[in-house]
Amino acid sequence: MLELAIGIILGGCALGAGCAMIAGIGPGIGEGHAVAKACEAIGRQPECKGDVTSTMLMGCAVAETTGLYALVIAILLIFVAPGRFVDLLMTTIGG
Amino acid sequence: MSIVFLILSILSMAAAIAVKVMFVPASDGIDISGAHVFFTIKMPIQDLPITEAQVNSWCVILAVLFLCLFLTTGLKTRNISIRQMVAEWIVEKVTGLVRTNMGEYFEGFAPFIAAILGLSGFSSLSSLLGLFPPTSDINIIAGWAILVFFLITYYKMKAGPWIYLKSFGQPQPLLAPLNIISEVATPISMAFRHYGNVLSGSIISVLIAVGLTKLSNSLFSFLPGAIADFPYLRIGIPAVLSIYFDLFSGCLQAFIFAILTMLYVAGGFPAEEYAARKKRRQERAAAKAARSQTAGKHADN
Repeated sequence: MLELAIGIILGGCALGAGCAMIAGIGPGIGEGHAVAKACEAIGRQPECKGDVTSTMLMGCAVAETTGLYALVIAILLIFVAPGRFVDLLMTTIGG
Repeated sequence: MSIVFLILSILSMAAAIAVKVMFVPASDGIDISGAHVFFTIKMPIQDLPITEAQVNSWCVILAVLFLCLFLTTGLKTRNISIRQMVAEWIVEKVTGLVRTNMGEYFEGFAPFIAAILGLSGFSSLSSLLGLFPPTSDINIIAGWAILVFFLITYYKMKAGPWIYLKSFGQPQPLLAPLNIISEVATPISMAFRHYGNVLSGSIISVLIAVGLTKLSNSLFSFLPGAIADFPYLRIGIPAVLSIYFDLFSGCLQAFIFAILTMLYVAGGFPAEEYAARKKRRQERAAAKAARSQTAGKHADN
């Protein structure tokens, strides 16, 4: 029974981490749009390539934020949460 | 004389490597764990752990300090050395960056921004020496982000605390809770952005190293004895990824942290209200001076 409970905890954490990383789709699409527009801008005005590139990198980094939140949650779910939950289970059943 | 500082700068990084070699238990680089805790100091509320990240961070601070001293000893007005050229180039670049992003009023911010750039960049680059990069520990980055948060709040309060409090009710008093959340989210997102980028880079590097080890073991299993166990594929291939994850990403995140600091501080500063308040204060001071002058004349009469 205990093995089953710990198995459910580990599986749930892994599934949760996987689901959390679905959020990676959003920043991917957003950054793709940003880079596409930057390419268009450089094609139109090649002389301001430096400015456009630095602004684009800046915007990409900001757009990445939601993806990084998901990444942090996934890392917590994989490396931190299982131990905590197993400890919680052990204290609950008094083992 | 200046070479002493360069040697000290290299020595402080060597000290970090020595501490790691002596006190961190050896691993084959496959387990993903946080910073190694050297020892904990007993404190009244909660114990204070001294971790690898803190030690490395202090070593990086010392290295940057000695590097700055190395660059700026023996400055001359003519017939300048290459060292001085590099120092002047750095100062000019950072001052220009701060001026274009923050405006004339914040020109004094240039040393702070240069410090953030140097510290963050060198911290991320310290992973090239095999050290635990301090920037992949949330505690270090959260400390910087909280410092930046205090700076933002200080400059928002420049025009008086009442205007600062009123800014939460913009554009609708109903939206105040959301404004407070977005205010608190600023340091959190800054910390997570930098930390997540560096940490994800190191995790991906470890995963690729493990994968390459397994792949080369299965590919070269026909070789006899101990030569089959050597991870041939781990030669060179991880270094290519390290160019992106360590060099490019580390420097880019340092730059972004600095740019965001500048934008948040300069963007939150209520310039018009501050100018109006300054003008009012000057007028009041002038009126007071005039009154005291007339009072003094009366007393003389």
